[in-house]
Amino acid sequence: MQQGSIRKFALVFGLVALALVGGGCKKKVAATPPAPPPAPPAQPTVTLNASPSTVNSGQTVTLSWSSTNATDLDIEPGIGKVAPQGSTPANPTQSTTYTITATGPGGSATATAHVDVNAPPPPPPPPAAAQPSMSDLFDQNVKDAYFDLDKSDLRPDARATLTKDAEFLRSYPQARVSLEGHCDERGSTEYNLGLGQRRADSAKNFLVSLGISADRMTTVSYGKERPVCTEHNESCWQQNRRAHFVLSK
Amino acid sequence: MKRTFKSRSVLLAALVILGSCTLQPAAAQDWFKTGTGLGVSKARVAVPDTAARSTDAQPLAKTFHDVLWSDLDYSGILDLVSPSFYPVQVPSQPSELKAQDWAAAPANSYMVAYGNLTVEGTNLAFAGFLSDVHNPAAPLALQKIYRGAATDADARRLAHQFADDIIGVLSGGQTGVAQTKIGYVSSRSGNKEIWVMDYDGASQQQITHLRSISLTPRWSPDATRIAFTCYEPFRTVTSAQICIYSTVSNRLIAFPRFRGTNSSPAWSPDGSEIAFMSSQNGDPEIYVADSGGAHLRRVTFAAGVSTSPTWNPKTGKQMVFVSDRAGTPVLYLANSDGSNVEKLDLPDMGYVIDPAWSPNGQLIAFSWRRPSGNYDIYVMDIVTRQLVELTKDQGRNERPSWAPDGRHLVFESTRTGTRQIWSMLADGSQPHELTFEGQNESPNWSSK
Repeated sequence: MQQGSIRKFALVFGLVALALVGGGCKKKVAATPPAPPPAPPAQPTVTLNASPSTVNSGQTVTLSWSSTNATDLDIEPGIGKVAPQGSTPANPTQSTTYTITATGPGGSATATAHVDVNAPPPPPPPPAAAQPSMSDLFDQNVKDAYFDLDKSDLRPDARATLTKDAEFLRSYPQARVSLEGHCDERGSTEYNLGLGQRRADSAKNFLVSLGISADRMTTVSYGKERPVCTEHNESCWQQNRRAHFVLSK
Repeated sequence: MKRTFKSRSVLLAALVILGSCTLQPAAAQDWFKTGTGLGVSKARVAVPDTAARSTDAQPLAKTFHDVLWSDLDYSGILDLVSPSFYPVQVPSQPSELKAQDWAAAPANSYMVAYGNLTVEGTNLAFAGFLSDVHNPAAPLALQKIYRGAATDADARRLAHQFADDIIGVLSGGQTGVAQTKIGYVSSRSGNKEIWVMDYDGASQQQITHLRSISLTPRWSPDATRIAFTCYEPFRTVTSAQICIYSTVSNRLIAFPRFRGTNSSPAWSPDGSEIAFMSSQNGDPEIYVADSGGAHLRRVTFAAGVSTSPTWNPKTGKQMVFVSDRAGTPVLYLANSDGSNVEKLDLPDMGYVIDPAWSPNGQLIAFSWRRPSGNYDIYVMDIVTRQLVELTKDQGRNERPSWAPDGRHLVFESTRTGTRQIWSMLADGSQPHELTFEGQNESPNWSSK
């Protein structure tokens, strides 16, 4: 396609040039003075070709040209003065139309060659996207509530956390959550399934008391089956005794 | 170590005698009366090599003898005579048995268990004999032909049958447990799934493939179904529910879903009802439904968690369960309709969990984490409240489950560094590790 249109362009250019030359002659014949003046210097001609005509960014194209009746040749952009005929490599970083201007005693002529450059893959978007997703916002703003050993009642720090969680849920009324109750490893599997449910329910009931609709929240107990921390010490156990929020899909 | 076991045995024997006197004087089938820990000498049984009737039967005869030996060794009711004391001649049938040689020193055998194995094409036959060599006439206490396929698996199966028959004869009718199964949870496939193995750890087999979390398997009394806690998603909601798997049809059987967390199913002794924990009305409480999930009724009514129900398998009229209504989780006793709730007081603080009621209804096994230590398995006499500690200072030991003979317990232990299934005699002796691969927990012994 691209190759074809360039050929077409060159053909049209050639025809126009011929017509101009021919036309000039005719006119001159029509206005023939009694004594013929000296023949005017011949009009320069020039052709320019780019191969290949489509490259990826960073690849090299070869520009080649030839001219007649020209003394100065100049290729823009970026190449500059060149010999009457020859070739040169070029590294266009974006789609470029190279123009060669041939100047001689008989005037000047131009030719062009177009190179399409495929754009490189777009760079990854910056981490701080202008529009954070719902799940990003959720993760940044909704925090887990933590509990004492064997307890499901809310400590002051858990109430403060849940109060902030409620603010978020009020701001995003479309968000639905699953509240997961978790326990540390010390109790029995069976007892912890019950305790985890009580923790999830405590957190849910507190959010309901703050005006969050119960319909937006489901609860599930995982007992001690899904710890976030697996070491056998109190710091780890505390991380596991929690009501954990998961944004529902 | 030996000393500890002995003193434990004496203690257990003492409380057992007490228990049987007060409760059921005629409980003749109990292991307490049949030997273990009573201080009476156990029957000395010699088990010479199993005779192979043909060369191709030799490998199966070896398997047969190994399995028979370990079944009898672990029965808890007899002592095996060391092979180094055996006469040179190995009897393959009663006509070849020189009874005096077996009864005399150094063998001093009371009984000789022996027989011969025949392979005919794809069929396997074992002719088994138990001779009372203590009696000068050496009468046969047992004579039976066992038939199966000429495979290693069937050689094991026939050996288990012969062992159970011998144990039945020597324990006055209480059959052995060599043909029972143990259900358990293993995560070796990547998820916690329900698995089943033979009582000795052989033939470990994955039962469920739910790829979520499966917990707390419990065999139905007829050993055809396993109820367990599953996490089956329903629409977009995942929660703990009761699932029942048929080991006969190899598929899940319908059981209704309830709101909230539903877990820890336990079959009534006749298999008609299932008790389980449910938070369907708020607090996690114990409910009872029929085995199809209908006729639901609530049994416990106290703030906090009530879970881990276990029925009195003898009467079906009482339950022991775990509740934290008074703070930390401890055991409570109640009628199975929820009346007459009573805390089972222990002489120390700490977590008390995983109750398991012995088949004769007299003992409760449980795990107790005393303030000073880790979880250990204890047995309590339900009438006298006397206690015996069965494990000590060897990692976490939890979730005891009784064998139907009341002589063995299976439990989980971290004593090797990973969580594995172990079994032991009910006096704490002869611990056997049954699983070795991955993490394994929550064993439940089938009732037959």
